[in-house]
Order: sequence, then C-alpha cells, then structure tokens
Amino acid sequence: MLALTEDKRPQPGRDAGPLLSVDEIEVTLFTRAGKLTAVDRLSLEVKSGETLAIVGESGCGKSISALALMGLLPWPPAKLTHGKVVLEDRDLARLSEREMQDVRGKDLAMIFQDPMSSLNPVLTVGEQIVEVIARHDPASRKAMRERALELMRKVKIPDAERRFGDYPHQLSGGMNQRIVIAMAIACQPKLLIADEPTTALDVTIQAQILELMKDLQAETGMGLIIITHDLGVVAETADRVLVMYAGRKVEEGTVDTVFDEPLHPYTRGLMGATPSATDQPHGRLSEIPGSVPALAALPVGCAFNNRCPSAFERCFAERPVLTRPAAGRQVACFAVQQEGA
Amino acid sequence: MRRILLRRFAQIIPLILGVIVLNFALIQMSPGSFLDVMTAEQQVSDPAMIERMRVLYGMDKPVVVQLLKYIWSVMTLDFGYSYRQNETVLAVIGQALPATVILMLASIAIALLIGVLAGVIAAVKVNTIWDNLISVGAVFFFAAPTFWLGIMLMIVFSVRLGWLPVGGMRDIGVDHGVFGDALDVMRHLALPALSLGLFYAAMYTRVMRASMLEVFRHDFVRTARAKGLSGAQVVLRHVFRNALLPVVTLLGLQLGTVLGGSVVIETVFSWPGIGSLMLDSVMSRNYPVVLGVLVLSSLIVAVANALVDIAYFRLDPRIRAR
Repeated sequence: MLALTEDKRPQPGRDAGPLLSVDEIEVTLFTRAGKLTAVDRLSLEVKSGETLAIVGESGCGKSISALALMGLLPWPPAKLTHGKVVLEDRDLARLSEREMQDVRGKDLAMIFQDPMSSLNPVLTVGEQIVEVIARHDPASRKAMRERALELMRKVKIPDAERRFGDYPHQLSGGMNQRIVIAMAIACQPKLLIADEPTTALDVTIQAQILELMKDLQAETGMGLIIITHDLGVVAETADRVLVMYAGRKVEEGTVDTVFDEPLHPYTRGLMGATPSATDQPHGRLSEIPGSVPALAALPVGCAFNNRCPSAFERCFAERPVLTRPAAGRQVACFAVQQEGA
Repeated sequence: MRRILLRRFAQIIPLILGVIVLNFALIQMSPGSFLDVMTAEQQVSDPAMIERMRVLYGMDKPVVVQLLKYIWSVMTLDFGYSYRQNETVLAVIGQALPATVILMLASIAIALLIGVLAGVIAAVKVNTIWDNLISVGAVFFFAAPTFWLGIMLMIVFSVRLGWLPVGGMRDIGVDHGVFGDALDVMRHLALPALSLGLFYAAMYTRVMRASMLEVFRHDFVRTARAKGLSGAQVVLRHVFRNALLPVVTLLGLQLGTVLGGSVVIETVFSWPGIGSLMLDSVMSRNYPVVLGVLVLSSLIVAVANALVDIAYFRLDPRIRAR
C-alpha cells in the first residue's frame, strides 16, 4: 500500500537513523620504528542518500580511513586497533574476513583514484563487471552479460555492446572510471566510498563523473563518502564535510556552514588556498606554510601548531578535543574555543 | 595477426644463416679433421691416399667455397653424409631427435608445473615457513649441477631403491606392446627429465614468486578485493595471469639452454638423443653431424621462441594492440 502521508524514502539530513556509523576508529601502523597512529579515534556518520566529503592534504589519513571501513587495510603494517564500523546494524569491524567478503562489493563498494590502474589489464571490461555480479548475485552467463551491459549504459558508456569486449587500455581514463563505477554500483550498494574519484581525470571529464555519481545516488538513495583534496568537488557534491589533519578530525559541519564560516585555522587555510573567480587577477595564491608533519614526528600538543597562524601557548602543550560550537558542527581548536568563550 | 606471424617467422632465416656461418668458422678453426681420425683408425698412412680422400670430401677447396656449398645444400635439406654411421646426417639426426624432444618437453613440463605452483605458494604464503622452505629448495636445485643431481637421483631411485631404470630409453629385449612401451619409456624418462626439469623449476619458482608479489601491489588487486572476491579468486583470476608473463618470457629465452642441458643429462642417463649423438660426433670429429645438429637445434630453438612470442601475444592484450 502506498502511504502518502509519510515519505519512506531516505532523505538526507532528516532524522532517519544513520546508515553508517563509525565510532572512534583507530588505525595503527606497526613499523620497525614502532607503532604509529595513522587514524586517531575518528568518528563519522552517513545517512542514506547523504554525501559526506572527507577533505585534507595528502597523508592526513583519508584514504587509509576508507580502507579501514572496507576492511582492506594493507597488513602489514596497518591494522584497525580500535572502534566500530556499524553499517545498518552490523559492526563490520567484528566480521570475519569471509563474512566481510560478502559485504564488500554488495552492501559497501569503493572506487579508487586511478581508473587506469584499478582495472585488470588482461581482462575485458565486460568480464570485470560480470565478475562482481557473479560473486554476489550469480545468474546465467547470458543474464549476467545483459546486466553488465545495462550497467554500462547506465553509466553512459556509448556503444556498450562493442565496448564490452574491450580491454582497459583501449578505453580513455573517463570511460574506465565509468566502468569502475559500473562495477561498484552493480549490486546496488547501500554505501559507496569514492577515493579521489576524479583526481586522475581531465577537468571536463571530472564534472561528468561527479554528475554521474550524483545522478546514481539520487536514483538509488545510497550513501556516499567522497574523499578528496579538491574543495570544488566538495562544494559540488557534498551535504556535509569532514576535515582531517594528521589522522584526526579537526572540523565537521554541513557544507554551507563550513564554507560560509570555516572555524578551524586549517580549514580556513584550505579555503584560502583554493583559487576562485573573484580573486584579484595576478594576485598571489595563498598557501598554508609548511607541510603535514610525518606521523613519527607529530609535534606535542595540536598537530597543526607549527603551521597555525593563531597558535598560542596552550596549543603547544595540549591536544585540543572536539567541541560542538553549534548543532551538527564540530571543531578541535583552542583558538576557536577561546573566541567562543 | 597473420602479418605479425609471417614477420616473426621470416626473422628466423637470417638467424639460421648466421648460425651456419659462425659454426662453420668454428669447426674450421678447431684443430684436426675427421680425416685424421678416419685414417688413424684405418691405419692409412699413404699420403696419396689421404690426398685422394681430401679431394673426395671436397676439403681441397677454399673455405669460402666449402661454406657456400654447405649453405646451398642445407637449403635443399641436404646436411651431408656421416661416414661413421654410413647414413645421411639428416637420417642420423632424425633417429636421435624424437628422444631429445621427448626429454625436453618432459623437462619443461616438470619445470613449469613445479616452478609455477611453488612460486604461487611461496608468494601467497610469503614470509612463512612454506615460503622459506620453497626458497631454500629453489636455491638448492638452482645451485646443484644437473649432472650431479642426475647421478644422485640415479643412486637413490635406481640403485638403492630399484624403482626406476638406471639409463637408456627402453628395456632391451622385452616386448611390452604399444601401451606398455609408452609406459616403459616414461619410466626411463622420469629421472633424466626430473634432473633437468628441477633446475629450471627452481628458476621459475623464484621468478614466479617475485612476479606474483609485484602484481599483488597493483591497484587492480585492491579493486578485485573491493568487489568481495575471496583470496583464492583474487590470486587465480587477477594475479596469476599477470604474473605468468615474465615466466613465459624466461621460458622462451631458455629453450636453447634446455637443449644444451640435455646434452649433459643424456650422457649421464645414456639417453639416446641429440646430446649423446653430439658428444659422440665431437669425439670422433664427425663434423658434418656436429654442424647438422647445431643448425637443426638452432632452428628448433628459433621456432619454439616464435611460438612463445605467440603465446605471449595471447596472454597479454596490450601487446596485441601494438
């Protein structure tokens, strides 16, 4: 029966329970030099139909967090040493590898940065799509081929029948990324993690791929986590944004609030480093001085203190914890706390 | 595809010409000739008789003329005459060739089977006791001289345990029937093929292991795992085929040395193949046979190499595109 009074479809931002709820995960690297904390008590939530963007510079722990969610941490040296990854009502962190294999590619899918290297060079793109279907939802060869073709058409690959038998090196980067997306959505995952999905692509292709992902999300209502260092991508696609620095969450909020009023000095730095059309022509592009500290050499206190324009004594002595300056807003910064106080 | 095949096989012709010229020169440079052996054995000492034989065998002509005559006759598939067996060189080689081909194929099959399997296991179980055992084994068989290994196998399995024959290709004077004969040959084949095959198996093990570990690091392996494939599926469907390419390359390069290795092993196990024939012929300075063996074996190696290239072509679609 159709209930007209209540829209059962998951709506972003409404009070439906979270699809994914990550609670204080910690990823430790066991290296010869000792234990390093690559991801430090990261928590996040994603609702169905919602898009969360995780941003930060290279090496801040974005990708390794995503691999932790997928249960694909490269051991050795990386291991999930604390926390829960609850998808609907199951804690993925507690599943055995065999149980996790049933989740991967079905409930939880992931697409990677470089489409050229994420496809197997000796298998045709069609076979590689069929492979996911065969793994999670086997049918006759003919039926699976039909479904793969349908998926190829869905991700807007022209002339799908002919492309089915092509090898990855015969397709462009953008087409290959569409293949990767087709593979990821083949079993209608509840959550899709996209790790820098457009970084390796031309600018014009980037927009098309983002558009495609948004369309697919609108159609299926899946949750989406986009990992990127490109704030343009965040503005274009995300509902909420989570900023990471040196393995920790430093700020989180809706895209509108974070873009309108970035609180953390690091977030402000990231925004300042993004050129916009209203910039002075020939003006200097601002940058954050210095670079992300090595995990083995994190400064005492706030990890950002050596690059922060607003740092004061306390920042060099203590680590700031996350505070909630407003509903749905989080930030870990003493300078912000002081201002608010 | 057909054009590439044609081109690949056309490359063999200049190669064979080079082999003929080089080996012809080599034999000319080496001291003594089969006339010396022949006359000594027949106790001929009359210089006029020796001179007549020189003319008879065309050895009074300039070297270049001899070479050109040889090349011409090779083109008409005439490899000369073996005075020792009193047959044409082609017939002599033809009798020995099947034995060697059987030995080579068996050795390669053993090498590929054991090498690839052990390499895969070592890579999947990397840094475990299995990996270490396999690696130590590989180094051992790689370092052990094939003739020594052959003798050791012979002592253990033939002399002590008495399971397998000591040498030769067939039991003498026993009629086993067609099927029984094949089985008999296989029993004789086991030890020589193992001695030769284990050396190459050791090499393939190392290459396959390294190649698998290299492929494991590729992004597409992570993609395969992200699809939910099991470890075995990832290894078999995604890693294995990509990792096989270097082994195939190596196989092509080594066909010549397998033939060379069979010379030694055939001698150890008195296997009646080209190797034994070659050794006999060198000893008796039976140069037409030596030259014939060299030319024919290089032809075999060249053709086999072309076949390996074609296999490579089938395995890797990226090469097909070029």
